[in-house]
Amino acid sequence: MNAPAPTPAPNAPQATAAHPAVEGTPAQRFLRDAAAKSADLVHREIIRKNMESYDAAHLRGRSRFKDWEAARRRCQEIKREAVNHLDKYLLQFEANVLAHGGHVFWAEDSAQACAYVCSLAERHKVKTVVKSKSMVTEEIELASALEKLGIAVWETDLGEYIVQLRHEPPYHIVTPAMHLNRKQIGDLFREKLEPGLSDDPVELMAAARRKLRQAFFAAEMGISGANFIVADAGAIAISTNEGNGRLTTSVPRIHVAVTGIEKVIPRLQDLATLWPVLATSGTGQPITTYGTLIGGPRRPGEADGPEEFHVVLLDNGRSRLLANGEEREVLHCIRCGACLNACPVYRHVGGHTYGTIYPGPIGSVLTPHLRGPEFDHLSFASSLCGACTSVCPVRIDLHHHLLHNRRDSVQADHAEGGQRLMFRLWRAAMLRPWLYSWGGRLGRLGLRTLYGLGLAGTFLDPLREWNRRRAPVPLPRRSFRAQWKRENRK
Amino acid sequence: MAHKVSLFVPCFVDQLLPQVALDTVTVLRRIGCEVDFPEDQTCCGQPAFNSGYWDEARPCAERFLRVFADTEHIVCPSGSCATMVRTFYPQLLASSALHGDVAALAARTYELSEFVVRVAGVTDVGASFPHRVTYHASCHGLRELGLRTEPLDLLRAVKGLELVDMQRYDECCGFGGTFAAKFGSISEAMGISKADNIASAGAEFVTAIDPSCLMHVQGILSKRGDRAQTIHLASILAQTGAGA
Repeated sequence: MNAPAPTPAPNAPQATAAHPAVEGTPAQRFLRDAAAKSADLVHREIIRKNMESYDAAHLRGRSRFKDWEAARRRCQEIKREAVNHLDKYLLQFEANVLAHGGHVFWAEDSAQACAYVCSLAERHKVKTVVKSKSMVTEEIELASALEKLGIAVWETDLGEYIVQLRHEPPYHIVTPAMHLNRKQIGDLFREKLEPGLSDDPVELMAAARRKLRQAFFAAEMGISGANFIVADAGAIAISTNEGNGRLTTSVPRIHVAVTGIEKVIPRLQDLATLWPVLATSGTGQPITTYGTLIGGPRRPGEADGPEEFHVVLLDNGRSRLLANGEEREVLHCIRCGACLNACPVYRHVGGHTYGTIYPGPIGSVLTPHLRGPEFDHLSFASSLCGACTSVCPVRIDLHHHLLHNRRDSVQADHAEGGQRLMFRLWRAAMLRPWLYSWGGRLGRLGLRTLYGLGLAGTFLDPLREWNRRRAPVPLPRRSFRAQWKRENRK
Repeated sequence: MAHKVSLFVPCFVDQLLPQVALDTVTVLRRIGCEVDFPEDQTCCGQPAFNSGYWDEARPCAERFLRVFADTEHIVCPSGSCATMVRTFYPQLLASSALHGDVAALAARTYELSEFVVRVAGVTDVGASFPHRVTYHASCHGLRELGLRTEPLDLLRAVKGLELVDMQRYDECCGFGGTFAAKFGSISEAMGISKADNIASAGAEFVTAIDPSCLMHVQGILSKRGDRAQTIHLASILAQTGAGA
């Protein structure tokens, strides 16, 4: 085995969840990175191009369904049934996996999940781990826990491998290296893999494959996530496109699947709807290239498969959401990434700006619940346009959950100090029409005078945040109500 | 029989964009409505509601209910403010004794184009506007109220108006209420993307059913020195070409 796996370095270029060492609170970092990325035209052009090809594929994909809306409603029903009966379906899944000779570990949080996988790796003297793409392992930072034990960890999904080589977290739930163009990937591979490579995608992919093949055959442990955990079959279901998922789960002696408890679905037949809907929402494909079902370790007489099969069922704050009737449906998420792609905020600030494992609308809804009030600002960083909700394949009412999060944040007194006073004063005026009218009149007069002196956008201008970025709104002399009174009261 | 319409004029339209409300009155009267303006109205409470201050927004909603208690139809030249009453009042007053009244209030509140097309049953309001116009679908009107075709039906019936398509016409312009102030850099970037699409559409005017979006977009267009102008749907529909 040559070439040790790259180790994520603390001096990563981006302010990210995995590397919180960068200065400022998450809210300050978000504002700073959002300003930088919004103005980064190279970034915007890459994202625009990639998103436009996704948009076209997604539209084609949806048109393959006789009734896309009916498919969404069916998926919503399946997930609602599963999440509302999580206790029943998870126990059924566990019993079936145990009957197949597998192991199931219930992890309350990241620490327990990482400790279980690490001690398993130590017990089996694992030196190399291959991973297929899994957001949950990012959430618990499993790779760095294993690396601390001196274990080499290889991301084997091409996009994940690229961001691992760059010491970056994934940019997107489904397409981790969406923010890079082929030239940037070529430069990276020439520096890290083989100096003579061109920018040809086929050549670059072949170079990655040469490296990763060695890792697959050296690894003693393969770690995957799960797109679904199927209760009645006692199996995990994985959707992949590159074949790395099958190698990860069948070549090494041990296979560990780490998954959130909300990924359970009741029946194998539910995949008939969920798999194509996930693929369509994720990439626009009718179905992903590989759909894999794994229910246990290799049985006597079977030609391949791991000797041991472990499933880690992760809670990590999810049961708190389960207990919250208003927000519970957030657990329906199948991590397709469609809401990220539809989101104009995501399209302008990009995935890394969020500083969270799950970016975009679902991340803004979920993260304050999973990681606390430090991430409340994300619920406010939305124009509430609702594009996310209109594409969500399991019909999560995403933008309305943002409103709930905002309300909860204000009620818990996490909002900025001056704001409550401002809204109290505002309320006082809105409850008194005379105060509202006079306030408006004086406000317009004051601003007109100020702007007449050419002071729009300066520190004297109470609307400077608006006027710094836009031409000032021309101020009328009379309000509508004043004009109405004149004309209709005679 | 004439429809009796009570105007719900958003506070910022009242104070900053009175022409939009005046044009709304013109259009409604031209199609035969009897229009009145309950003068005690102020703000529907949306800024507080969207910012999480539901306790501050609730008395505004209760007040709105009283001010508009004896009305037949409530019409608003903003999809966003109509959404506040239609979609969010029932949530905001969910555990209030007024919940029954709110359902009835929500059911008789309309955005302007929605009222004209769906309730009054009119698509040709007798307007004339000989210009190249493109349409921006404001988010609340489109996704909360489901107004996909109504504004376009009205525009297509305007004499001399050439309606041109715009790329990503249904993507948010970046206004978003307090979002525009709190996250100015994102709001501006989204506005610039919208302005780029308006420019590529090659239109003289961009119209919408939400004056707030247009106020933001106009600010971006003017700052860039773009030639295209924003104009509210009501202001197009108010033009007959007679006096101009």
